[in-house]
Amino acid sequence: MLPETSGPAVKIDNLSKRFGDFVAVDRVSIEVHRGEIFGFLGPNGAGKSTTIRILCGLLAPSSGRATVGGYDVATHPEEVRQNIGYMSQKFSLYDDLSVEENINFFGGVYGVMGERLAARRDYVLKMAGLEDRRTSMTHLLSGGWKQRLALGCAILHEPPILFLDEPTSGVDPIARVSFWDLIYQLSAAGHTVFVTTHYMDEAEYCHRLALMGGGRVIALGSPAELKESLGTGHLLNLESSDLLGSMQALRGRPGIEDVAVFGGGLHVKVDEESAAESEIRSSLNAAGIQIHKLEPIAPSMEDVFVTLMEFQDQKAAS
Amino acid sequence: MNLRRTFAMARKEILHIIRDPRSLIAAFSQPLLMLLIFGYALSLDVDRIPTIVYDLDQTPLSDALIKSFRGSRYFNVVEEAKGYHPIDNAIDTRRALLAVVVPTDYSRNLLEGREAAVQLLVDGSDSNTAAIAQGYAEGLILTFAQQTRENAQSMRTGSVIHIPVEARVRVWYNTDLVSRDFIVPGLIGVIIMIIASLLTSLTVAREWENGTMEQLLSTPVRPVEIAMGKLAAYFLLGLADMGVALAVAIFVFHVPLKGSPALLLVSSCIFIFGALGWGIFISASQRNQLAAYQLGTLTSFLPAFLLSGFIYSIDNMPAVIRAIALFVPARYFIEIIKGVFLKGTGLRILWFNLVLLTAYAALVFYWATSKLKKKVA
Repeated sequence: MLPETSGPAVKIDNLSKRFGDFVAVDRVSIEVHRGEIFGFLGPNGAGKSTTIRILCGLLAPSSGRATVGGYDVATHPEEVRQNIGYMSQKFSLYDDLSVEENINFFGGVYGVMGERLAARRDYVLKMAGLEDRRTSMTHLLSGGWKQRLALGCAILHEPPILFLDEPTSGVDPIARVSFWDLIYQLSAAGHTVFVTTHYMDEAEYCHRLALMGGGRVIALGSPAELKESLGTGHLLNLESSDLLGSMQALRGRPGIEDVAVFGGGLHVKVDEESAAESEIRSSLNAAGIQIHKLEPIAPSMEDVFVTLMEFQDQKAAS
Repeated sequence: MNLRRTFAMARKEILHIIRDPRSLIAAFSQPLLMLLIFGYALSLDVDRIPTIVYDLDQTPLSDALIKSFRGSRYFNVVEEAKGYHPIDNAIDTRRALLAVVVPTDYSRNLLEGREAAVQLLVDGSDSNTAAIAQGYAEGLILTFAQQTRENAQSMRTGSVIHIPVEARVRVWYNTDLVSRDFIVPGLIGVIIMIIASLLTSLTVAREWENGTMEQLLSTPVRPVEIAMGKLAAYFLLGLADMGVALAVAIFVFHVPLKGSPALLLVSSCIFIFGALGWGIFISASQRNQLAAYQLGTLTSFLPAFLLSGFIYSIDNMPAVIRAIALFVPARYFIEIIKGVFLKGTGLRILWFNLVLLTAYAALVFYWATSKLKKKVA
């Protein structure tokens, strides 16, 4: 089977994975375009990692089909592995090998050698900022360095498709930002990047997102599309003298759909902005709570996530 | 199997070995320690048996009998007792293992051609040594009696009538019956089995524990290449261990190497391959290093030590155990190494053992690979 050069980078069709009675991935269908940064967002246990493992050929699907770079993951795992780079949740380089030895080893297993290996090694060292530490033992590196080196080892063979499973977990915020810079560079160079995360701010960096919960895709689209699906002008930010008191006072009032704690204040989801605003002011006045700030805001990814997850839970309960 | 990927695996494993000096030291000190302890301390030879004598006869003849006990290297006369009480005491306190009591009419009975009994009292609490001590003592007394009668006869008649049948024992192979020569080559087989399986029993489980296995399996490297790469690296270590053990056997313990070194080398290579393969199989079947280590010890140490014929003869075991021992690969190697060392046995006789070892190595390697494959899916 020849790889398709024009089709989607990843095509998941009605994919399921069961472990005994537990359904980890439930009839998931997604297409990821070439060069896209595709995000998988969801809580732990939502089925993100399981899906990625199936796509990397580490797990066999229970039913459904998935192709990566045009190759079926179930029938052509070797071709798939030749075309992907994978970075697992856990740091997975060899701690007792030096930076360079790790790169050379992965070069060996990916079949990168000679001059090409030398060039790729230089690229990876530069990208990871490890040029001066090439002979350092890997276990002496800090988290951010380790993670860049792991990414470097996963892209040694210049795979068209990259799977990054929570690549930034346990890394400081500055290292996270510079890691995302790298992801953008790779995407610009034509790599397709498939990334899972539970950081909402990271979700905003993705071209497109799939929200996962309970093994299912709950919503799919670009960050802007997902926010729009909530509707604009329906979210108010409230800061008051009594956070929990305001919450109790507002719950169940007419025109108020939902109240959730957000940072130091509350996000209030409403039917109609101006009517709700006066309702809030009168309710809180009656309860003797002072309003410091009340303003309409654009929903964040977290709002989208919380709302959609709650919606999903209600659906599941009913 | 892609050679480049296998080579990359092997090189990485060698780096792991070098970077872990503790295991590296253990890999060499453990066999050396076992060889020295067993080689020096575990002797199945029985000599200088502490002996107490009680001479009731008090004649020149009984004195000569006791002198021949004193003269023998198998006995060490620790005391001449003057009654049964000191004998009791000496055996109870383990000062003596054997008591020789010469009765009052010993010399008269002997010279007059009657049965001349000598009483032997043996501490039977160590049955093996007791039996050997008893055998030596009986032999000595019998020879003494025979010679005395012949001498007496020749003095009387001027000619000697020999007893018509006389057994003369000649030992083939290990002529001096040095038990160390028998133990050390077998011990090498046991050591290699233990060290090889233990070394590799951690290597796959460690990769699962560290999460590197998952990374490895997402690359194009195949299970057979993982197994072969790991095996190749540890094979070098196993061979080095073998070399050290052989050198100790030959140069420190002076075990004679009668047979072909080439045959020894070839069969060692095959055996090491199989033992390493077993370790990888165990390791691939466990995700936890501790469990893998324990299973490795249990399945390599015990059978290799007890059921390989290294010390304990398999032929003397009950049928069920004998049947189990058929599946202990170390025994086939120990037969080879003992044969080559002590008897100079060649391929003509040992070929079947070699075939069995080869089959074992191939089977275990296949198992290890398919175990790795199963963990992929």
